[in-house]
Amino acid sequence: MALKLDAKIPAGELAQKWSNHKAAIKVVSPANKRKLDVIIVGTGLGGASAAASLGELGYNVKIFCIQDSPRRAHSIAAQGGINAAKNYQNDNDSVYRLFYDTIKGGDYRAREANVYRLAEVSNLIIDQCVAQGVPFAREYGGLLANRSFGGAQVSRTFYARGQTGQQLLLGAYAALNKEIAAGSVKSYPRHEMLDIVIEDGEAKGIIARNLVTGEIERHGAHAVVIATGGYGNVFFLSTNAMASNGSAAFQCYRKGAGFANPCFTQIHPTCIPVHGDQQSKLTLMSESLRNDGRIWVPKKLEDVKAIRSGAKKPSDIAEEDRDYYLERRYPAFGNLVPRDVASRAAKERCDAGYGVNETGLAVFLDFKTAIERLGKEIIKQRYGNLFDMYEEITDVSPYEEPMQIFPAVHYTMGGIWVDYNLMTTIPGLYAIGEANFSDHGANRLGASALMQGLADGYFVLPYTIGDYLSHKIQAPKVKTDTPAFDEAEKAVKEKIAKLFSIKGKQSVDDIHKKLGHIMWENVGMARTKESLEKAIVEIQALRTEFWQDVKLTGEENEFNVELEKALRLADFLELGELMARDALNREESCGGHFRSEHQTEEGEAKRDDENFVYAAVWEYKGMDQAPELNKEPLNFEFVHPAQRNYKD
Amino acid sequence: MSSFLCNSSVGKKLVMSISGCALVLFILFHMAMNMTALFSPEAYNAICGFLGANWYALVGTAGLAALVVLHFAYALILTVNNYRARGSQRYAVTVQEKGVSWASKNMLVLGFIVLGGLGLHLFNFWAKMQLVELTGAHTNSLGLAPTDGAALIAYTFSQWYYVALYLVWFAALWFHLTHGVWSMFQTVGWANDTWYPRLKCISNLVATIIFLGFAAVAVFYFIRSLCPCCAGSC
Amino acid sequence: MNFNLKIWRQKDAKSKGAFETYRVENISADTSFLEMLDILNNNLIHEGKEPVAFDHDCREGICGMCSLHIDGRAHGPGDGATTCQIYMRKFKDGATITIEPWRSAAFPVIKDLVVNRSAYDEILQAGGFISVRTNSVPDANAIPIPKADADESMDAAACIGCGACAATCKNGSAMLFVAARVSSLAKLPQGRVEGARRAKAMVAKMDELGFGNCTNTGACQAECPKSISIAHIARLNREFLSAKFED
Repeated sequence: MALKLDAKIPAGELAQKWSNHKAAIKVVSPANKRKLDVIIVGTGLGGASAAASLGELGYNVKIFCIQDSPRRAHSIAAQGGINAAKNYQNDNDSVYRLFYDTIKGGDYRAREANVYRLAEVSNLIIDQCVAQGVPFAREYGGLLANRSFGGAQVSRTFYARGQTGQQLLLGAYAALNKEIAAGSVKSYPRHEMLDIVIEDGEAKGIIARNLVTGEIERHGAHAVVIATGGYGNVFFLSTNAMASNGSAAFQCYRKGAGFANPCFTQIHPTCIPVHGDQQSKLTLMSESLRNDGRIWVPKKLEDVKAIRSGAKKPSDIAEEDRDYYLERRYPAFGNLVPRDVASRAAKERCDAGYGVNETGLAVFLDFKTAIERLGKEIIKQRYGNLFDMYEEITDVSPYEEPMQIFPAVHYTMGGIWVDYNLMTTIPGLYAIGEANFSDHGANRLGASALMQGLADGYFVLPYTIGDYLSHKIQAPKVKTDTPAFDEAEKAVKEKIAKLFSIKGKQSVDDIHKKLGHIMWENVGMARTKESLEKAIVEIQALRTEFWQDVKLTGEENEFNVELEKALRLADFLELGELMARDALNREESCGGHFRSEHQTEEGEAKRDDENFVYAAVWEYKGMDQAPELNKEPLNFEFVHPAQRNYKD
Repeated sequence: MSSFLCNSSVGKKLVMSISGCALVLFILFHMAMNMTALFSPEAYNAICGFLGANWYALVGTAGLAALVVLHFAYALILTVNNYRARGSQRYAVTVQEKGVSWASKNMLVLGFIVLGGLGLHLFNFWAKMQLVELTGAHTNSLGLAPTDGAALIAYTFSQWYYVALYLVWFAALWFHLTHGVWSMFQTVGWANDTWYPRLKCISNLVATIIFLGFAAVAVFYFIRSLCPCCAGSC
Repeated sequence: MNFNLKIWRQKDAKSKGAFETYRVENISADTSFLEMLDILNNNLIHEGKEPVAFDHDCREGICGMCSLHIDGRAHGPGDGATTCQIYMRKFKDGATITIEPWRSAAFPVIKDLVVNRSAYDEILQAGGFISVRTNSVPDANAIPIPKADADESMDAAACIGCGACAATCKNGSAMLFVAARVSSLAKLPQGRVEGARRAKAMVAKMDELGFGNCTNTGACQAECPKSISIAHIARLNREFLSAKFED
């Protein structure tokens, strides 16, 4: 049974689609809103803003997060900023330009209508956040300051030092707190969704585990919203938080929701290189550093050797012996090319033997020129906290010597397939933020994740969910003593019991590290048919190994971190295979997906617009069955896909 | 509005701050008064006579006693609250945090020493001066006129152990005030990062002036008692 | 490097806890403190013992989840850093390291080193917000805000809600946490509107939840991983008192 993929894109002119759509969809009266329950899973920018807005509207909202407080969701770690088409800098920015940059940055693999809407509401986000008391950076005149980010030639990024994500999340969290205090939202921290409950083909609630007591709980609602972020931790090492996982999204997929473009993974170019095999996560250095930092490796291999051996310091290398390879290859955008381009260029130099640390997997990000031009004080004001963080981790001061950076897994553009209303293929089940696939195509531009999370939560979902719920005003409270809930709870309990019964030899982390290794080697920055086929076989074998040899400690009915990790890894072991399958299917290179077979003579990504202008939407067929591919064709009515050119 | 002075943490701290401030002002006045004894016992006695058991001095004394009781009672209430808030399980290892003064963490202990000193002081002086007047007697247990403060000072500080005890008392007061003075500005909200160094400097200055002022009288009279010539009797 | 770890173990909120000592060996100096605990836990699992439960998530010093009291200091050695930003090069080879959970009546232990900090959420729910509805706001540049005020607001807003202030305070006071939120909003014109109500409500909630009273020791600011100044406490006091005097 193929999935029914109706994107429900409104007709009409691009700029009118969203207004027309809003005018056409139904609303729910205040008295009826009080009768309707909505469950939101995840409290990052998307989840928190949606819960606050829906609570404010009068719905009864339940919000779940795995951390001890909604404020700790991983949105908090976003450093650089948030884009908006305000044109406050008078540099000829506009909604259209932001839309165009995002479509182009995503390598023409996103839906036009969604992206235009995103650009359109971007301005409202800034207004909203300022009114909430988000202390964005300001100029001396008291107006908002901006900076530039990769993939754009205008300054449209709003920021709050290097902690923009934190400040935006605290804004949304404050709005959420306001609603919790008002009683319209009930918060369930330290709760993890373990399954979605479907009844009569519609989402009716979730099965959650209380992480403190281990109790399995049932929660029913008229609609369920998944806002649980991305699945980058399938790679074990990534910039994601330790507990970030793909499980909630994966349960939806398992229960019939389409999963789109799982192979689109963003590798962020500016992370601190891996130092050893005991490492638990990778630390991102904000993209904003590329505003003033220049990326280079030595021109001569003997200098590379001298730096590696410690005979020379990077600052000893003369200007003419440095290869500022991004400026060389992409004169128009220079160090501010999009992330995928910057990451691959770093990989290209390192593969050619120019990597500057012992492992050969690092390039320099140098502030020498900027410090000479602007002075140390200004650089300190702009990046002081990032420089301190770098020094804390590596023991090297970026004021004296260049930073060493290397790409690392950062964001997943793929996710649960949603229509224009952000509804998945299961009626009543929505996905917002990084958890859905919608707006970034094959590559996300910097400072756009925060924009999308908040756009979905504040300005899109609160309207579109009303259209669905308007049909539920006669529906009674969802009962949780139905066979569907019984069955879902039973399945969850059986799964947990099975994990405990294995009593194998390997810890969850042992197996997760193996999975990460397979993924990074074969489904990482450059993929080939052979590597992907190999990955599929290896992941399947590892999955079998997991279900035969994993070792859990403790008990079910208690605070048990190993159990939490095992449940998440079980899903990663299927998700990893799905990613490889999707990458294998996509016989082209686009954005974050680079198939070595498909590149231009200059080594740039070569898209195949004849055959792959579609979102690949996968349908679950069982753990050891190949999933079925469905295609949502992407129609470019307003922009014409061209090869991305950041050279001139 | 006044209930917050008993119910809320910031309100209770305000009571500590204001009562502390009044006590500091009184101590400054007392110190200035004592200083006259260094130069002119007659002038000092004149002040003693002026205060004596007159109604304004009595009102002042009662007010001071009330302030001391208030300051102390609140200190006890706050400390009990704070002890409870810390929880029943204490840390096995603790260290002194950077930039945190010893005095700030030991205000109650210092307060007890100051209170002890106050008791001694009342026994040595107040009981032999104002109290005597109140009872209507004309001489105190030492056979001195209750307004002859200078003689009482000379008598008390001729005994080394009193001098030592008083110096301990003044030292405790010094520590108490180095934290207390800037702290009262902080509690009423008159402080910021620019003013912290200034306020701490003022605190140290006030505490030191008070210490030196009181100690000078005690030490001066002790030294004088060692040398009869200085007392003018040779 | 090798270390002896003296770690607080407690099965759950009701059980009595005790210290247990473990040894970890061959730790690289570039390993982070939490990675060192990961290694210990992996060893424990292989030995069939229960791993040590501790809170952590982003591991880059911003989520505020990690919360260990290490060798007598909240977030361990190093200033202006969270537990996850501490690297083993800060410790002497062969050292015995004592690791305890936050100790505060308002932060009960859940298990081992994990505590319940929902009291902080409750304080913020009492008033740590600006009551604006989604989509009913003026243009972002409609109100110019002096850069110095925005910067000061940001200084306070840097709070990550980790609980180190109350955990380190000898009085178990949450004043720095409350002050950071009140002060951050008080410095902005948008936040002034509800300033008085906010200060009163948040202080009342803080008192109700059993946090102690501030005695201005400044220990909180010394141990705050974001180095938030007690000047914000002065501002909270001012906000609170002026609000009360207007009642």
